[in-house]
Amino acid sequence: MVSRPASTPDPSGQPRPAMIQLRNLVKRFGANEVLKGIDLDILKSEVVCVIGPSGSGKSTLLRCMAFLEAYDEGDVFVEGLLLGYAQDREGRRVRAGDPELNRVRRNVGMVFQQFNLWPHMTALGNVTEALRRVRRMPRPRADELGLAVLEKVGMAHKARSYPAQLSGGEQQRAAIARALAMEPHIMLFDEPTSSLDPELVGEVLQVMKQLARDGMTMVVVSHEMGFAAHVADRVVFIDQGRIVAQGPPEEIFQGQQQAPRLQQFLKDYLERNAFWTRTGEDPG
Amino acid sequence: MMVDFSVLTHNAGAIAGGFAVTLETWLAGTCLGMAAGLAMALLLLGGGRWTNRAIRLYIEVIRGTPFLVQLFFLYYGGPSIGLDLEPVTAGILGLGLYGSAYFAEVFRAGFGSIPKGHLEAGTCLGLTRWQMVRRIMLPQMLVIIVPSLCNTIIVLSKETAVLSVITVPELTGILTGIGSLSFAFLEVLVALCAGYLMLVELTAALGRWAEGKVGRYMIR
Repeated sequence: MVSRPASTPDPSGQPRPAMIQLRNLVKRFGANEVLKGIDLDILKSEVVCVIGPSGSGKSTLLRCMAFLEAYDEGDVFVEGLLLGYAQDREGRRVRAGDPELNRVRRNVGMVFQQFNLWPHMTALGNVTEALRRVRRMPRPRADELGLAVLEKVGMAHKARSYPAQLSGGEQQRAAIARALAMEPHIMLFDEPTSSLDPELVGEVLQVMKQLARDGMTMVVVSHEMGFAAHVADRVVFIDQGRIVAQGPPEEIFQGQQQAPRLQQFLKDYLERNAFWTRTGEDPG
Repeated sequence: MMVDFSVLTHNAGAIAGGFAVTLETWLAGTCLGMAAGLAMALLLLGGGRWTNRAIRLYIEVIRGTPFLVQLFFLYYGGPSIGLDLEPVTAGILGLGLYGSAYFAEVFRAGFGSIPKGHLEAGTCLGLTRWQMVRRIMLPQMLVIIVPSLCNTIIVLSKETAVLSVITVPELTGILTGIGSLSFAFLEVLVALCAGYLMLVELTAALGRWAEGKVGRYMIR
């Protein structure tokens, strides 16, 4: 178990502020309703893992939190500010302009399944691009900060390498550094290890664990049940666009929640990974 | 029957002048066409429905009609709508308009080749659309489009020959003129081919160099 000061109640007894609030979030793709009214609060320094079968809407949920998908109904608040929409003079909801949208989204960092590093820039170039273009930082300062962030994910020695020269794990760590460089308050991870070779998953999870220890607010969509069990403060199980069960990982994984769909999901997962039970080894 | 290339040396001054006009119209037309093509591809990228339709229509019309006919429209039809152009100006403009349709398609394909995720990453970091075009899309797509760009530029170099019909004093016009005065057709046609081949080979070599340059980051 990773123990983090922030995962225990605040010593002052103050409730932790919500970093992201979803209220009755609905998202449709044409006639297909992918999210059917999601209510969820992500608290400061909380690590929330979203699990669920493929097609359950978990990635869409995450993408709505960065407004990579425009949601159809409900609200997404990031640190209290409505994301992606504004009100016109008659009080109707209209799409926010890019500058307003970016002002609210600025504190949200995103990590993708496919890394999405820009292949024509070095690792350092990827990390410093937004520092230089968005933050208008002069190059020497951006490079200095970029190297420091790469150091944090153990990638400083590969700063001058192009993505094609990096392994999948290294690419994903560079992508995490790229998001971290902008000093977000919230990090979103969309299946960060799903396109990695099994032996490269560990190095990425290690970086994420360190982030969690440092008190970063994190929402992780993942198939890594081990990570969810050991690092998450809360596991949210969603199926067919609805939150079916949520709670601390012990509760979710030890079958204390009676949701049949969750039980089936966990049973299927264990069957696929049944070699553990035979050798009696600990999965973590 | 004798082959006598002295007809070329006797007219060296005029031929050099023609070559210069060919170069001028070609380069100016290419620059104009590329700029207009890029502008259209950008508009297609972020434009509304009607902008898109107008641009698609333009591209289809230009690609669907002969360059010679377009040039006649511009040079002979122009004056009736108050567009009275010098031959060289009309030639450059015509070449530019003609090339722009092809360049637009090349750039459009290039923009389309950028994975959506690369742009989403930029969006999340707060890059503006223009920054993403300039810093992420253009440099990355060059690897893919440089060969097609080169191809179009080469095609345009040879289309300059058509400009002779609107009395532009370029290489083809000058040399065929010399040919019909001296009856040394074989010699001038050989010289003509050599002239265009030289341009094309030079362009192709530049293109290969550029391909290597823009693709440095790729590990093959």
